[in-house]
Amino acid sequence: MSLNIMLFKLTLVAYAVTTALYLFSAVVNRKGMDRFGRVALLAAFALHTVTLISRYAEIGYTPVTNLHESLSFFAWALAGTFLIVDWKLRMSVLAATTSTLIMVMMLLGSLVPMHPQDLNPALDSFWLPIHVALAFLGNAVFTVAFVAAIFYLLQERMLKSKKFSALYYRLPSLDTLDLINYRCLTFGFPLMTMGIISGAVWAESAWGTYWSWDPKESWALITWFLYAALLHGRLTTGWRGRRAAIFAIIGFVFLLFTFLGVNLLLPGLHSYNSMGG
Amino acid sequence: MDIFVVGLSHKTAPVAVREKVAFPPEAMREPLHQLLALPGIAEAIIVSTCNRVELYAVGPDAVVGIDQLKRFMASYHQLDESALDNHLYSLSGDEAIRHVFKVSASLDSMVIGEPQILGQIKTAYGYAVEHQTVGLILNRFLHKAFSVAKRVRTETNIAGNAVSVSFAAVELARKIFGSIEGKTVMLVGAGEMCELAAKHFMNNGVDRVLVTNRTFSRAEKLADEFSGQAILFENFHDHLLQVDILLSSTGATNFIIGPDHVNNALKQRKQRPMFFIDIAVPRDIDPRVNDINNAYLYDVDDLQGVVNANLKERQKEAAAAEEIIEHEIGQFRQWLAGLDVVPTIVALRQKLESLRQAEVEKTFANLKHLSDKDRKAIAAMSNALINKILHPPTRVLKQAQKETDAQPYVDALQTLFDLELPAPEGDLKQVDTD
Repeated sequence: MSLNIMLFKLTLVAYAVTTALYLFSAVVNRKGMDRFGRVALLAAFALHTVTLISRYAEIGYTPVTNLHESLSFFAWALAGTFLIVDWKLRMSVLAATTSTLIMVMMLLGSLVPMHPQDLNPALDSFWLPIHVALAFLGNAVFTVAFVAAIFYLLQERMLKSKKFSALYYRLPSLDTLDLINYRCLTFGFPLMTMGIISGAVWAESAWGTYWSWDPKESWALITWFLYAALLHGRLTTGWRGRRAAIFAIIGFVFLLFTFLGVNLLLPGLHSYNSMGG
Repeated sequence: MDIFVVGLSHKTAPVAVREKVAFPPEAMREPLHQLLALPGIAEAIIVSTCNRVELYAVGPDAVVGIDQLKRFMASYHQLDESALDNHLYSLSGDEAIRHVFKVSASLDSMVIGEPQILGQIKTAYGYAVEHQTVGLILNRFLHKAFSVAKRVRTETNIAGNAVSVSFAAVELARKIFGSIEGKTVMLVGAGEMCELAAKHFMNNGVDRVLVTNRTFSRAEKLADEFSGQAILFENFHDHLLQVDILLSSTGATNFIIGPDHVNNALKQRKQRPMFFIDIAVPRDIDPRVNDINNAYLYDVDDLQGVVNANLKERQKEAAAAEEIIEHEIGQFRQWLAGLDVVPTIVALRQKLESLRQAEVEKTFANLKHLSDKDRKAIAAMSNALINKILHPPTRVLKQAQKETDAQPYVDALQTLFDLELPAPEGDLKQVDTD
């Protein structure tokens, strides 16, 4: 087993520990308990960073060209994004859910072939890290928006029905959950936009055309339109709350399909990014 | 020395009994001094609130002490001892400690988690300090109880959720708006509960109050009280777009606010959420308002439901609080047990040490030819000797304190060696206070 694969598995364990600590903190609901989870997440993120660097050192290019690498990179971006969110908000329920998602991504990443294959010459470009980093950071931010949206809907339903479960006492206010939705949108949307533009510019220099309507491009554009509609609705007609939460969830479903479904189901120009090896 | 408690509370006695045994705060001196004069009572505190009357005391024997306290409770109030006995509970040792910790942490209160009781016990302790009826043990014990109560309050959510209807409304508003600072409240109609809720909102950061009433002068009067703004009842609907939280309690027989009003207002305020609290019976606000996005409507029954849910949540927290208390009982017990043997060991060592020094000096005065080295050897030998002598009794005392009762040994040592125990007052400085 090569060093970076060993490190990857170690990182997976670190995320599992993080998830367990956050879950415990969410269940017992005591002040200050969440700091153990936060420290574990920081450690896991640092370990993950080392894992990515070691992978880069081993293969000599940005490790984002097969499914294993993409899942790992997505999980890393999500961990980094959530660290910033968690630093300000400190909510164990959200943290436990997000770290579970990270763990699932890492678990999937350990189930697909992990060994690097030879780099497709089409990807040998300085655009690779730029395009992929922007796209995945956008994805990570929208994942946080998705988690907040789920809990918004749950909390809203409890407030409307006046039936409070244990979750009610552990969740932040509707306003806070809605604010996460809004903030994620204002950060995620520019990232996603730049991700698509950088891809188009790269496509122009590699293939001579900005846009070739391959499945990934089309689905990314549909996803982009959804988030654009949400941002527009929020800024002009006061979309918020429930409607914004539902949109963030639909947007995330499309985002997930663009990331995974297209590669697994619809062959196209981005297909070298499939199961790999 | 043992700690013991005799008392009655809302759980064991009706108010008709509780009021008969109450000790008025302005006349604490007399009963406290009488208590201390009783045989077998070394320290005493009287806690007297409308929900409980309890005597906390320290003495050499719990059985004797409890008997004395029971008789005192009856005789001081000129009541029949056997009739009163049905309502009294008496606790000693760990049970007494647990009880006082639970009372202070508000686990024994009528409404679990309500904070007043801690203040009442602090006041009761204050009287005992003032009249000098507390010493080393109760001082330490009460301060421990205060710190346990504080720990329970900060580490559990025992007082976390509102258990009154008007405060539940404030909490719901927080769950919707996050912070209610800078929000606008509108009072429609007047009523005690409405005004109380409005006061809670003001105390928690709401800075703008609109008041409307069919009788405009009443609206003006109430608006003055909240330094708010009075609005004509005929067109209060036009002001809804500014309102985040609306409290309604008019005598109207029909709904005065319907879905159309709310939809309009929400559209104008770009869907910023609105929270409606309908305290009126019959209701003022059409229940369909609750089906509108970003509008939340609670009537009296809904609020009562929230209170009941919160009470259940507090009961769950009480279990966590009891764990903390069990841990603290263990700690306090250790301190209490250590209290009896440590001063005896210290006194015994001091006694032997002073004898050793006197004898060594006398020897050196007679044997002037000794070299420094010889002197050191003799001093060391005498030191080793008293250490060897002290070792077995120290071990036996500490073991007895852990396993059985060290008191007979302590008494024997004090008599045999004619020990004088150091005054215990110095220990109070270490006691943690709030």
